[in-house]
Amino acid sequence: MKLFNIRGGVHPEDRKHLAADQAIEDLPLAPLLHVPLQQHIGNAATPAVRRGQQVAKGELLGIGQGPISAPVHAPTSGRVMGIGSFPAHHVSGLSVRTITLQPDGKDQWLEGIEGVPDPFALDPDEIAARVAAAGIVGMGGATFPSAVKLNLRKKYRLHTLVINGAECEPYLTCDDRLMREHTAQVLDGARIMAHALGVTQIIIAIENNKPQAQAAMTGAAADSPAVRVAGLPMRYPMGSEKHLVQTLTGRETPARGLTADIGVVVHNPATAFAVHQALRLGWPLVSRLVTVSGGAITRPRNLRVPLGTPVQHLIDYCGGFREEPTRLISGGPMMGNPLPGTRVPIVKGSNGVLALTAEEVNAQAAAPCIRCANCVAACPCGLLPLQMAAHARAGDLDGTVRLGLMDCIGCGSCSYVCPAHIPLVQFFNYAKGEMAARGRAKQKQAETKRLIEQRTARIEAIQQAKREAMAARKRESAGKPPAQTPADRRAEA
Amino acid sequence: MYSDTPIAGPYAHERTSVSRIMVLVVLALLPATLFSLWQFGWPAIFLFLITVGTCLVAEAACLRAAEKPLRPSLLDGSALLTGWLLAMSLPPWAPWWIGVLGGLIAIVVAKQVFGGIGQNLFNPAMVARVALLISFPAELTRYVAPAPLFSPQAPGFGEGLAITFGLDGPDMVTGATLLGQVRTELGQGHPLPDILPGIYQPWSDAVGTLAGSMGETSALLLLLGGLFLLSQRVITWHIPVATIATLALAATLMNLYDPGHYPDALYHLVGGATLLAAFFIATDPVTSPISPRGQLIFGAGLGVLIYSIRTWAAYPEGVAFAIILMNTCTPLIDHYVRPRVYGRDRKGAPIEYADDADAEVTR
Repeated sequence: MKLFNIRGGVHPEDRKHLAADQAIEDLPLAPLLHVPLQQHIGNAATPAVRRGQQVAKGELLGIGQGPISAPVHAPTSGRVMGIGSFPAHHVSGLSVRTITLQPDGKDQWLEGIEGVPDPFALDPDEIAARVAAAGIVGMGGATFPSAVKLNLRKKYRLHTLVINGAECEPYLTCDDRLMREHTAQVLDGARIMAHALGVTQIIIAIENNKPQAQAAMTGAAADSPAVRVAGLPMRYPMGSEKHLVQTLTGRETPARGLTADIGVVVHNPATAFAVHQALRLGWPLVSRLVTVSGGAITRPRNLRVPLGTPVQHLIDYCGGFREEPTRLISGGPMMGNPLPGTRVPIVKGSNGVLALTAEEVNAQAAAPCIRCANCVAACPCGLLPLQMAAHARAGDLDGTVRLGLMDCIGCGSCSYVCPAHIPLVQFFNYAKGEMAARGRAKQKQAETKRLIEQRTARIEAIQQAKREAMAARKRESAGKPPAQTPADRRAEA
Repeated sequence: MYSDTPIAGPYAHERTSVSRIMVLVVLALLPATLFSLWQFGWPAIFLFLITVGTCLVAEAACLRAAEKPLRPSLLDGSALLTGWLLAMSLPPWAPWWIGVLGGLIAIVVAKQVFGGIGQNLFNPAMVARVALLISFPAELTRYVAPAPLFSPQAPGFGEGLAITFGLDGPDMVTGATLLGQVRTELGQGHPLPDILPGIYQPWSDAVGTLAGSMGETSALLLLLGGLFLLSQRVITWHIPVATIATLALAATLMNLYDPGHYPDALYHLVGGATLLAAFFIATDPVTSPISPRGQLIFGAGLGVLIYSIRTWAAYPEGVAFAIILMNTCTPLIDHYVRPRVYGRDRKGAPIEYADDADAEVTR
């Protein structure tokens, strides 16, 4: 099919050969699973179990709260050891509410779990409801509740579902393996999502460094003309939703908008697979594929990991560290985040655990900017990273925003090519964080003002009522027909 | 340990650095430099070493005065490159103090006073060249005809020392550059067809066997170096192509208008420091615009200025002045010429589509 050009981008060494040939393996259960109640964008779930309770695999552990949220389920059968705080799968290493589960080793599914024989007979709303109940979130790493995206048909005129199998991050191969080994299931999940979205056209977009996955998907989709496989050129950030859609349709998503604005919804293959399992088998999202790779890992692997498994358990299974890693990363090396340690659990959004050597990271002390404009050429969003960073460095947040900070997708292409090794993304993240803090402060101020005004009005109303009551009593005690008193006049005023 | 300073990604980096860029530029300059050093012999070699050495010493002294670390800045190769380009823009047999003074002006006045690498508004080598040209016009316009090293007419090591250090050396066979001579003769009222045949052979000028500064001689080797830089993606095509195309266009138009007074495009391309400027000096990232469109504007302006100064101003060669003038425009160009942001129109408003129902994917 015809593809369109996108601006900028870089060509990092993909290093996928480390793990691409490793078939998916089931990771044995860890002695303890730590299931955080927040593994998604939106409100955290609230616990649905008590300490000491025996739960079956797939049983509800936490209930989703509000429209943007997701429930969490027991990754295996066992006993709830406690509901408390545990270090999050997050760079800060701060603790979040977490349910600790001790597996009983039986891995027994909850009784009564079963799928629907024909998901295509279901109402789109019913599919979205089941996807929501299964706790499925965007598994490419964004972890936005998938059901919310499936309901976009209500607000937008949609025509295409894109399955984003670009996997443009170096090292990561779990989507590749999934599409190769569970081709039919991914395709089925995609079809169910298309049905839920009310669209007929499905494009499965896969970068050209994954020929086996392309061949597998093409073969599986051969009999359905509505499903097409697009071979994407290898370029980072091809997997950026908006740039992927531009590559396929030639249209840019309007600033601050969604791809749905131009009729396209994008989902990850792992999300499609989870939807397949949720609808056909009734399984909630309790495990995911994780690529464990990097130069410091003894045996890189693609693992099927029960959610809540400590990162250390994965690393041990892969033979531990070949050498002390310089960086331990969750996700890909371009947009992933450092992990605060190996205790933290695998969550719904963890697609990779990378242990990188100093040689791979190639970090160097930052030198002064020489205005080479490599970052300008690399930016897929048409921004001027060097100027944005200069403004951020000088504390001129407004200047940074004027230059398009909020249009930055944080892909890191600019930092990747910078010959002076300036940590541009660090500056942008700082500025974005400051802007968010400012927004919160402003909101707080407005809220405080609103409360003060309410209080003033309330006190005024109470005083008014008191005055009227006083006036009424006076009239009664006088036993005369009401006459204008000074108090009444005041009250009228 | 892996949980050291949490800093934002990416945790991978292209194998590149500032010094790699500088080294590649030096490599690209090497053929033309070696050829010129051979053409102009020992005095040129001495002047080259003195100029580059002064730049490095001046850089180190300034860094020490500013209490900045010496190693990273000295090793990034920027001072070396500045000295190199300055040496290539000087008359090869100029006395030693021209090199020393030029090096000091370039590094101290044009670079470090602005705050060091990346902060200067003007190309340091060109600032030094212009300052020297205005202050010492005699020394800066005294050129010699090439006398290849070890050839009978070339000065030996000792004679070379004498020439560079102003002792009693052999009398210089001085001559003007091609551009200078043509300007002089035109000024005396001779028409071009009478002037050019005796002094201008495009081929030998392209190879570099004419009088001139080191960077003015071998157009072919400079072109080779420029193409190398393009292939290594150290520079992009925008500035060189815009510069050369504009200069060639201006020359062609004027030549068509009056062949008797205005030489053709080839003359302007192989004569003078056009190619050195287009590929090596105008592409100095610090002092040129950052957006591709800005670079095209910059290059076009440069081409027009080079042509205008060469043709109508008081100096036969306009490259250094033209570059400094365009350097002053760089901040302005960068302010007004920016890439279009994804998802927005040129004015910065979010893109709007007429009808979303039409947005079917093309087959």
